[in-house]
Amino acid sequence: MSSETSGTPLVEIKDLSIAFGGIKAVDQASVDLFPGEVVAILGHNGAGKSTLIKVLSGAYKRDGGQIFVNGEEADINNPRDAKQYGIETIYQTLAVADNVDAAANLYLGREILTSFGTLDDAAMEAEARKVMGRLNPNFQRFKEPVSKLSGGQRQSVAIARAILFNARILIMDEPTAALGPQETEQVSELIQQLKKEGIGIFLISHDIHDVFDLADRVAVMKNGQMVGYARTEDVSKDEVLGMIIMGKCPAGAVAGPGAMQEA
Amino acid sequence: MTDIPTLHGAAKVDKESPFIRFLRATEIDARLLGMIAALILIWVGFHFYGHFVNGFGAFLTPRNLWNLSVQTSSIGVMATGMVLVIVTRHIDLSVGSILGFSAMSMAILQVWILPEFLGLGHPMIWIITVVFGLLIGAAIGAFHGYLIAYLSIPAFIVTLGGLLVWRGAAFLLARGETISPVDATFKHLGGGPFGAIGSTGSWIVGLLGCTAAVALIFSGRAQRRRFQFPLRPVWAEAFLASVSCGGIIAFVLLVNSYPWPKGIVKQYVAANNIETPVSEIFISHGFAIPVLIMIAVGIAMTFLATRTRFGRYVFAIGGNPEAAELAGINTRWVTVKIFALMGMLCGLSAVIASARLNSATNNLGTLDELYVIAAAVIGGTSFAGGIGTIYGAILGALVMQSLQTGMVLIGFDAAIQQIVVGTVLVVAVWIDSVYRRRAK
Repeated sequence: MSSETSGTPLVEIKDLSIAFGGIKAVDQASVDLFPGEVVAILGHNGAGKSTLIKVLSGAYKRDGGQIFVNGEEADINNPRDAKQYGIETIYQTLAVADNVDAAANLYLGREILTSFGTLDDAAMEAEARKVMGRLNPNFQRFKEPVSKLSGGQRQSVAIARAILFNARILIMDEPTAALGPQETEQVSELIQQLKKEGIGIFLISHDIHDVFDLADRVAVMKNGQMVGYARTEDVSKDEVLGMIIMGKCPAGAVAGPGAMQEA
Repeated sequence: MTDIPTLHGAAKVDKESPFIRFLRATEIDARLLGMIAALILIWVGFHFYGHFVNGFGAFLTPRNLWNLSVQTSSIGVMATGMVLVIVTRHIDLSVGSILGFSAMSMAILQVWILPEFLGLGHPMIWIITVVFGLLIGAAIGAFHGYLIAYLSIPAFIVTLGGLLVWRGAAFLLARGETISPVDATFKHLGGGPFGAIGSTGSWIVGLLGCTAAVALIFSGRAQRRRFQFPLRPVWAEAFLASVSCGGIIAFVLLVNSYPWPKGIVKQYVAANNIETPVSEIFISHGFAIPVLIMIAVGIAMTFLATRTRFGRYVFAIGGNPEAAELAGINTRWVTVKIFALMGMLCGLSAVIASARLNSATNNLGTLDELYVIAAAVIGGTSFAGGIGTIYGAILGALVMQSLQTGMVLIGFDAAIQQIVVGTVLVVAVWIDSVYRRRAK
């Protein structure tokens, strides 16, 4: 794999497999991520990339394989476990509770409590104002249920939730799918900023144009298997497209088990 | 961050009617107003129907309203729990049967078992019995919750099964017998002349209530100022304070104007060697204990639903179960807790219902599930999940009970009563859905 990057990887997924009713959604997939690095996981719809990442975030239980966080084997069985390891996920569906406000969503599952053990809504809202001020300075609708917000505002709520708790590993599943050009630009800036802070980021996308310029490396999946890995500077967009569509590994890439076998 | 956010939609205010502006300033929920209006309509309607058709308007009398408050308690207590159940997109059809089973278990404990060990009328009997009843209810509810959350059986099916199982089990417990009378102290938990706190007690409760209402308004204002949130105009705050205090005092005056019946006064006079003639004695009922229980449950459940982590999780699960799970909430465990709480409230209602009848019968609580669900839904709890309030459910229970009582008072047949209650439920939900669509 990426021998250029040195040290202990932040996350290392080894030979991970998961099957749903006999269909191998992810088959012996391996990928790693270093601090301050952006790795794009690419593939068609149904290639297994979202499933792979949902195992890492604890939404699915794996059937086989190992996950290492900072070199130590991690036991991730549910989303709470993943958060313990500093793994935060922004889901494609955003996964926000529509009927409660932004602050409640940001702190969902990790509420700030007063000394009496009750919810400290004022403190949560104050913190929410801070973090949202960083992400989206125009955001003012803290009192309204999230269902009243626009797609971009909901996205910023989802992102704010992920970065609020000092995540070390951030997973973004189609982060810009619901966004307009200006908001997409904001997300790109945010990713650059988080990189500088030493956070490792997995970007999941089926559209190479969304992520190619943001990513340091790409990992391409097809039919649940890894086609190959490449540094973005070593390959062209077309070559990566070839990996996605045909499973054909170019010269600049390291072939994985799912690569098309040369005759 | 530094600028104080203006009231949202400040620019629109000019175009709005004074009524909308009033609602905005006081932040009163229009739904709440609608429900109170409906309630007043029902009360006045039944009163004048009785007045003109039967020649006797019996509804708006202290006696009827006092009884109405007692009759609402049992359903009202359970309706607060049903809100949480429905908010999480579940249903509990078994509440009436859990009530029946708990009541029967408590009756057996306090009538057949405890007197043998403690002696008849021992002061600990009622305490042990109530705790036992709450635990039985909670245990049954937790068991239902376990089946729903961990074995993934739909709540409808689990509690439909529970409806039959616990009704049958209650029959088996006492071989179908009616157990009566219950413990003398326990009986007071169901109301009645001795199950009310009297005039002085009611004034104390009322004044405490007023103090709490004013304190809440002040602390809310202080909180808003501290975090620079928009404040309500002072006149709106004053209006809210006077309405809530006025309402509380009116309620106290009402329950205090309902005197003990002559017969009870006679007994009382005889027992206490009072010289004054019976006809000159006016002893107020005051708040009935079951009503105080319901109010306490309402406050506790509102606190639980809005101020605690558990309540936040309940509403988040209702809004988006998947998001709640992904946010790291143990949704299954929360579900078990919700049903356990529902069961415990059934146990509490069983205390009220069996104490009120001074007996436990095999059919106690039959069809209560429907009234409880109707109360929650009329009170604005949405079957789509994520929306509902505790006070709404209690008001809903009051609406249901008012209809029921009113029709009995004006002499409608049981058959017509059922038809009216059923129709009102459907119409109320229809109006609610229209209102919600408009609000969006």
